Amino acid sequence: MAAPMSSVGKPSAERSPFNTTSFQKKTRSKLISIPGTRPSVQNGQLLVSTGVTSLDYLLGGGLAVGTVLLIEEDRYDSYSRMILKYFLAEGVVCRHELFVAAAQDNPDDILQELPAPILDDVAIPKPVEQPRLSVEPQDSLDAMKIAWRYQNLPKVQSALASSSRFGHYYDVSKTMEPEIRQAAKCHRFYLPEQPTHSSPTHSMRLESYSALLKSLQEVIHREGFDVAAPMSKSRNILRIGLHSLGSALWGDDLCCHDKPRNSRALTTFLYGLRALLRSSLSVAVVTLPSHLIQDRALMGSITRLCDNAIALESFKGSERETNPLYKDYHGLLYVRQVPHLNCLASKLPDHKDLAFKLKRKQFTVERLHLPPDLSETVSRVSRGELAAAATAASAASACGSGSSGNKHLDF
Amino acid sequence: MTFPLGAERDLLFCFTHLLSDRQSDASFLVHHFLSLYLRARCRVLFLGLVQSFNHYSAISQRMGVSLAQAKEKGQLVFLEGLNESLSVLIPQETDTGSQAMDFLRDPSVGLKSLYEFVRSSLSSTGEGREGADDTEEWGPPVVLVDDLSVLHYCRATVCSQLQGNVVMLTRCDGEEEEEDEGDDEGPERLLKGLTHQCSLTLHVRGLPYWLLHFLRDVIEVQVEVRWRRRQADGQYTQNKLFQYKVHDKGASFFARGTSSAVL
Repeated sequence: MAAPMSSVGKPSAERSPFNTTSFQKKTRSKLISIPGTRPSVQNGQLLVSTGVTSLDYLLGGGLAVGTVLLIEEDRYDSYSRMILKYFLAEGVVCRHELFVAAAQDNPDDILQELPAPILDDVAIPKPVEQPRLSVEPQDSLDAMKIAWRYQNLPKVQSALASSSRFGHYYDVSKTMEPEIRQAAKCHRFYLPEQPTHSSPTHSMRLESYSALLKSLQEVIHREGFDVAAPMSKSRNILRIGLHSLGSALWGDDLCCHDKPRNSRALTTFLYGLRALLRSSLSVAVVTLPSHLIQDRALMGSITRLCDNAIALESFKGSERETNPLYKDYHGLLYVRQVPHLNCLASKLPDHKDLAFKLKRKQFTVERLHLPPDLSETVSRVSRGELAAAATAASAASACGSGSSGNKHLDF
Repeated sequence: MTFPLGAERDLLFCFTHLLSDRQSDASFLVHHFLSLYLRARCRVLFLGLVQSFNHYSAISQRMGVSLAQAKEKGQLVFLEGLNESLSVLIPQETDTGSQAMDFLRDPSVGLKSLYEFVRSSLSSTGEGREGADDTEEWGPPVVLVDDLSVLHYCRATVCSQLQGNVVMLTRCDGEEEEEDEGDDEGPERLLKGLTHQCSLTLHVRGLPYWLLHFLRDVIEVQVEVRWRRRQADGQYTQNKLFQYKVHDKGASFFARGTSSAVL
């Protein structure tokens, strides 16, 4: 059931002057259509794609404009970084503007690693060749023989072709072509390059976070992402990617100590980030090395201050990597929080027992099912483990154990 | 949305209500109280610290109350914390706006400016209407705070004395078995301190996992009502346990174990 599209439903809608009646006529003309977004079917929110279609599905159709997605990193920051790159790549394909902030890696390096989109309908901008489009049908050697009536129609190479689809697919083995990447406007914030101020910082705020917040506000004002900005020019979405917030490289000791000195600096920053996002047409993805934070209550407060929150746990390096139960997957995914914006309750898919896998062309998230035990020779996990433990403990000869030991020597 | 606490009328004359939640979301109760007090024609001061005005407005509209209208008539004073906070967190040369969110600037300042804002708003709503022809009689003032934990996240010292009705939402994360070690401003302490001062506590708690798995579509959490009356003959606490289900227009409450999924 399609929700009525109105400006009241969007969280980042402008604060219209109060009319004499509270009842506002819902007109379609008020809604601005931005490429790469679509309204939610539940409550009319404006949604953008995260770049991973199964993650979009879990979040209720996409990421709402004006909200934050928190990704709790896996141990080696491989898959969380991958999702961040997907998010930024989706922004490039949809012609949104990007803002990348990092303390560890140069944002340019992150941008160079973006996965290549699988193009069938993404327009590669070639400004030099566009004037030639009109003469191409006459120049082409292979004139249409069967569909000759369509000969003179212009080829569909419009710049908005990429916006017709909501989510796109990416090939992880290749990086994005520089021409496509440079077509999108990117703003960078690399912490080591920022000038350090000698002004005394408040006990509650870190200089790095304050500088980041200030830089974000500047970009939003300058590029016209404010909701209150004049509607004359075409609107766009700003995608903000903040890599590894809270890590020691940002100057924060959240991950280093059990009782950090400025424990509230990150939460104050997240509150300011929420304030910025709610009043502008932007969406943010923040990754956080939560496995280094000992204080669960602090982690809870960080989660509360972000709207959407997921956590990744990869199997790399753990004993689960060789576990046949998990052989198809690369890790587990937990959905910690999903917001209810402008409504009390919303229908969301089930969030239990999710696992993800990264294949060359797709990052999928699925429900984890136990494989069916079809034959007797297939050893279940528990039995195999028990047998191994039994033989290891007893150190007896293998002929004594009657288990299904296809890995044990049989005499 | 009916709220089976005996007499809803009593709620209007309570002093302080505390809504708290653990591992779940009790914000629907804030919306309920907001629409309840507005419909009861009380003067409401709402400190919306975590969401924008449009969010509350959209939900209240579905519950049948218009926040914009109430604001125009002077019944509702709305502090949009998110907007005010930006001018504090990112100091500009020209700093205008109310000082209510000054606690973000410096923890030692405390909530004094916020308290001043509340006090001045409550006292001025009665006087500002002298020139108007239709001076309406409003009921007792109510202060609603959503969400008090923000003050804790941003480390403000909470010691406020407010008269009238106060409804606050605070959040508590972490397991119930764990104790708060050492952190002197932990959320547990805040919760305990507030519970001591409040006369009615509504505590929203997640169901145990096995039960949640069984009843996953229907029930979300348990609402535990701790009611403490301050009367001359001593205090007594009355605990009631309900379960509820949140849907689009509100929440429906029912007694424990009587949801439609189980019966």
